[in-house]
Amino acid sequence: MVKSESELTWKDLEIGSIVVEPGSASQYQTGGWRSQRPIFDNSKCNKCGLCYIFCPDGCIGQDTEGYFKVDLFYCKGCGICASECRREAITMVEEKE
Amino acid sequence: MAKRVGIEVSAAIGEAAKLANVDVVAAYPITPQTHIVEHLSELVANGELDAAYIPVESEHSAMSACLGASAVGARAFTATAGQGLELMHEVLYVASSMRLPLVMAVANRSLSAPLSVWGDHSDAMAVRDTGWIQIFAENGQEVVDNVLCGFRIAEDQRVLLPVMIHLDGFHLTHMIEPIYMPEQSEVDQFIPPYQYPLPLDPDKPVTMGAFGPPIIYSETKKAQEVNLRAAKGVILECWDKFGGIFGRYYHPVGCYRCEEAKALLLTMGSFSETAMAAIDKMREEGKDVGLIRLRLWRPFPFEEIRQAVKNAEVLIVVDRAVSFGGPGGPVCSEVRSALYDEDKKPKVIGIVSGLGGRDITVAAFEVIVNRGIEISQTGSEQEFEILGVRE
Repeated sequence: MVKSESELTWKDLEIGSIVVEPGSASQYQTGGWRSQRPIFDNSKCNKCGLCYIFCPDGCIGQDTEGYFKVDLFYCKGCGICASECRREAITMVEEKE
Repeated sequence: MAKRVGIEVSAAIGEAAKLANVDVVAAYPITPQTHIVEHLSELVANGELDAAYIPVESEHSAMSACLGASAVGARAFTATAGQGLELMHEVLYVASSMRLPLVMAVANRSLSAPLSVWGDHSDAMAVRDTGWIQIFAENGQEVVDNVLCGFRIAEDQRVLLPVMIHLDGFHLTHMIEPIYMPEQSEVDQFIPPYQYPLPLDPDKPVTMGAFGPPIIYSETKKAQEVNLRAAKGVILECWDKFGGIFGRYYHPVGCYRCEEAKALLLTMGSFSETAMAAIDKMREEGKDVGLIRLRLWRPFPFEEIRQAVKNAEVLIVVDRAVSFGGPGGPVCSEVRSALYDEDKKPKVIGIVSGLGGRDITVAAFEVIVNRGIEISQTGSEQEFEILGVRE
């Protein structure tokens, strides 16, 4: 059983804190400091993919029907997707909690 | 059998790195270190040393290239001085935090302004807390021996930390000294092949120097501190082993004529040899004085210092660097701090001298000892005194 970062003691670390597990950065939640989240209105969306192209975090993907959706584990709420969307299908709303 | 040769200390350092069979040298020339890397570049260009010589554009890049080389499992060496050491400052922390066992010779030089190429310990003291093992050498032989020991210590699997060998700029770098250069076969036996446990390898990828958020950073620093402190055992073991093979023994703290001494002087680096002459002269005059020569600066040898000075009444610490507005020179501060909780300890007097290439002569050391004893009796209006300066 691999310990999570919050369980590791100083004795558990590899030499020089080397990370031996490839791709472990995907476990790091970067969406923690988001103050706004994007809401997608699929009725306005023509699946052009600009939001996907411009997202600096690469956290926008497609659902089975080809509509775009965001992974809120990583989304920092920058609003670039909403700003770039030509059809105004994305709106930024305040995070309530 | 080792040959004793007359050689400039800088060239001897290059020869030592060659004997250690380094794979990569990345360096930028700076006075008074220049002859070291000049000699290494000649050895590589002449085909006498099979290594990559990377003539980088700055010391920041020199250190960066060395740590990259070390990370893939190459044995890397560099040398610098003064402003050059300052320019590589931030990368020094990266090398030690990533546990990369480089060896670097530092030709100790004062820091600008005013521009000074001459020697003191300002550069060394500015990198005190970078997490490197740091050894101060008194003469050319000690430098050569400790470059060799440096690789063995650094690359020991229990250590894996970079090592700095400090030598006084000009006072050592530009001296031609008789030095025993060990045989290649002896060095090959003394320094085992370098094997980094988790090298950068495309077939087995790892991430070095990764992002460390608050949830893990403290753990990484605790591990680093415990590791550097524990390195002392390996350093002692290495010096013992070196002595057994080559007949020259090194200790973290050296005592010179300390028996029954009421007043002790403490020095680091090549000026210790002049200080010994001063102690000899004062002993002949019937004065109870002795000398402590501090060789291992990091990890700091607390126990050895406490033992060495406990019977003295006065300990006069000579720093060749200033901590402006602070409690004295860095060496004095640390020695005083190491003794603070001891029941039996000398009064510690801080003296700063020998800045920017100014000599401390035998006569000047006598003045320092006498003034130190006087301060211990009458006190001083200052936290520390700068001696050998025109008032």
